[in-house]
Amino acid sequence: MIPAPFQYHKPTSVAEAAELLKKHGSDAKILAGGHSLIPLMKLRLAQPEVIIDIGAIESMSYIQEREEGIAIGGTTHYVDIANSSTVPKALSEAAAQVADVQVRNRGTIGGSLAHSDPAADLPAALVALKGQIITSSTNEHRTLESNEFFQDLFTTALREDEIISEILVPAESEETGSAYVKFGNKASHYAVVGVAASVTLTNGKCIEASIGVTGAGPAAYQASESISELVGSDLGDGAIEKASAKAGEGVDFNDDVHASGEYRAHLVTVFAERAIRLAASRAS
Amino acid sequence: MGQSVTVPITISVNGKQHSAEVEPRLLLAQFLRETLSMTGTHIGCDTTSCGACTVIIDGSSAKSCTVLAVQANGAEVTTVEGLADGDTLHPIQEGFWEKHGLQCGFCTPGMMMSAVALLNDNPEPSEEEIRHGLAGNVCRCTGYHNIVLAVQYAADKMKS
Ligand SMILES: Cc1cc2nc3c(=O)[nH]c(=O)nc-3n(C[C@H](O)[C@H](O)[C@H](O)COP(=O)(O)OP(=O)(O)OC[C@H]3O[C@@H](n4cnc5c(N)ncnc54)[C@H](O)[C@@H]3O)c2cc1C
Ligand code: FES
Ligand code: FES
Repeated sequence: MIPAPFQYHKPTSVAEAAELLKKHGSDAKILAGGHSLIPLMKLRLAQPEVIIDIGAIESMSYIQEREEGIAIGGTTHYVDIANSSTVPKALSEAAAQVADVQVRNRGTIGGSLAHSDPAADLPAALVALKGQIITSSTNEHRTLESNEFFQDLFTTALREDEIISEILVPAESEETGSAYVKFGNKASHYAVVGVAASVTLTNGKCIEASIGVTGAGPAAYQASESISELVGSDLGDGAIEKASAKAGEGVDFNDDVHASGEYRAHLVTVFAERAIRLAASRAS
Repeated sequence: MGQSVTVPITISVNGKQHSAEVEPRLLLAQFLRETLSMTGTHIGCDTTSCGACTVIIDGSSAKSCTVLAVQANGAEVTTVEGLADGDTLHPIQEGFWEKHGLQCGFCTPGMMMSAVALLNDNPEPSEEEIRHGLAGNVCRCTGYHNIVLAVQYAADKMKS
């Protein structure tokens, strides 16, 4: 299988990539790790006329501790995030569970978020961690909240002229614990359902909680109903069970060859419970 | 339809520099097999699923059916042809031989490249780590048991 012909550009900076993207508009596609885009191009489901390869922009791949949080460059590979002890556990755990070694060596965080596959792992972690997505175009930078970023099947708040240049997640305090668990497809490892949780315990009481779910519906979402069961509780069995039961509330469940909607609805409650318990065990 | 303007690339394959003018849509697997006639790298599924096309690019394993040759411009690529030193087999090749790690051999080049990448990162992997490390490689016939033994053989051999 061979992609349709295209023109190839390999910019060396984000600014140059943004210029190219502006110039070529909807004819162009950004290429990062290529592990979603190249398969689509080989199947000719995507036939961009221009490819802007940002995969080799060195200044876009990093993990940095900053005052405002932990900054991750847009083309940082899964393998580097999985091996990082700096990023919150939910994020490194999600990256470590993407596909297989070869895919983790090539795939990037920006590519995963921009693609917004309903079965992608990282979006759930980002939502649970209340991460921010920083975009660059020729004339501005925008900061987008992860909770509003993933809008629908393969649809995000990203504009056509924007590049995801950085991802910012809050640093985890000692009192906060986070986790990502998933029910993966046996062949591809894509999440049939995946849940990330982050909880903060102060003096035995949960003062903050956040739960991101992927695989269940058209896009990753924050399970808001669950959170209200957790905040203010002692994270005992009762609160966790109630919160888990609500993790799929109001969701239009995906129903496909991998799992029925009914089964996904069940999986969400099971994996929400596992994620919350694991996160709680890490909050001290 | 986008026009295809060829692009000059230079890729080091098994230590030897190869320059060519290629269409940007040329896949690395095709570049190796068709442009360089190095057919040790196999194409099984062509959909990023089986790992038969695995090569090592700048130290990291990758499925070459899902990498454009232009993306590997300037990189150092190692393929299965780069493992043996003349007539002396690489420990992983010896392991597959000694432990009967193959039947038809179709998946073997990719398996060995993934195994070599794994052992570079982790010279003493546990059985579980080996199985996880090879999760991106599918074998239709041997079964994985002897493949794991082959990797363990290579790990022992490389240690001594
Ligand atoms: C066999 C296989 C198994 C997989 N299993 C999993 C899995 O278990 N879990 C999982 O989460 N994913 C899985 N994936 C998908 C994989 O994680 C992809 O790497 C990821 O979805 C896309 O990242 P990329 O860097 O490869 O992006 P690309 O394929 O290069 O790009 C994807 C899309 O995002 C756009 N884009 C990329 N980077 C940016 C940016 N910085 N700014 C703006 N737009 C951008 C591109 O234009 C394109 O539309 C799997 C893929 C394969 C091939
Ligand atoms: S041929 Fe590349 S993964 Fe199967
Ligand atoms: S030996 Fe035949 S596919 Fe693995």
